[in-house]
Amino acid sequence: MAQAAAVNTKWWSGGKSPFNVEYGKLMMWYFLMSDAFTFGAFLISYGTVRMSSISWPDPNKVFNSFPLAGHANLPLVFVSLMTFILIVSSVTMVLAVHEGHHGNRKGVVKWMIWTIIGGFAFLGCQAWEWHHLHDQGAWWGRNPFANADGTVAGSNFANFFFTITGFHGFHVFSGVVINIIVTIMAWRGVFERRGHYLMIEKIGLYWHFVDLVWVFVFLFFYLV
Amino acid sequence: MEHQTFGGEVTMPHEAPGDDSKKRIWRTTWILSGITILELGIGYLLYLTNFSEGLDLAFKGAVIILSLAKAFYIVSIFMHLGDEIRNLIMTIVVPLVLFVWFIIAFLADGVSWKNLRNEYNPKEQIKQEQEHTAPAKEGGLK
Repeated sequence: MAQAAAVNTKWWSGGKSPFNVEYGKLMMWYFLMSDAFTFGAFLISYGTVRMSSISWPDPNKVFNSFPLAGHANLPLVFVSLMTFILIVSSVTMVLAVHEGHHGNRKGVVKWMIWTIIGGFAFLGCQAWEWHHLHDQGAWWGRNPFANADGTVAGSNFANFFFTITGFHGFHVFSGVVINIIVTIMAWRGVFERRGHYLMIEKIGLYWHFVDLVWVFVFLFFYLV
Repeated sequence: MEHQTFGGEVTMPHEAPGDDSKKRIWRTTWILSGITILELGIGYLLYLTNFSEGLDLAFKGAVIILSLAKAFYIVSIFMHLGDEIRNLIMTIVVPLVLFVWFIIAFLADGVSWKNLRNEYNPKEQIKQEQEHTAPAKEGGLK
């Protein structure tokens, strides 16, 4: 047990795992790295097209609504709510992982359920936002919003918005489904019998990654 | 049995359980929330005021740096990458350096694309050339 802390351990001298983690966790890290490149490619192509355009719709004018607030002009408010929902669900996930380290089955299930609720809340917000934008006439290939300089905009803005938030929302949805599966497994004592809660750590990595991607979606679509 | 095969460093956090790791989670939560509020503040500042283009870009750059700080805290604390051994950190972080080239190359390409379209207007030029050269060409053919 003590060897983990030793600085002079020769990790590459053979006979041991040079990464010192379980297979599934290492592969989750590699998957997330490749997924980072997928999202990166999406966001950078968005940036390239936006840079190449003389003008671009102003996010403060496009995303200015809030459910049940009618036509009030509330830029950034709804997306702030979505961002905080994801931060909170990330915290509950890390608390579930923490309980897993202590082998506390009830604690894991409790915090996982809160994480699932957070995931559903985020998906609900996104469904509302998509529905609202669709009502205003935006969809793939259709963009009713004018450029910031008043000229008519092409459909690039809507295409990138729906593709990237859709791809992110699909990740959130998959995450919620996997969260539900591992919560049921934890609740039924599968991990207790296994002797460790590594599965919670692995899905935790995925869930935090989804939050990480949202940091950049939020930044590039709503803030700058 | 299984517990022994994996060793304590995998099934438990690297520091002894029951230490300040929960405190660290909450501290990170407040840092992430604080940075997000700061970003929103800058977002509103940009919305409400009309800065010069340079100042506007400076604030946007600041928001991007703040987001990178958020990414660092999420990956290092929430995903516990900071607690892994150096080999694992490097195998994940080093390939991501490709993003440096990726971002610079493609955004520069976008800017150049815009400049080319702004400076070059082929349709009109061809028309003008045709108007000027057409009689001469006809003459030449005869």
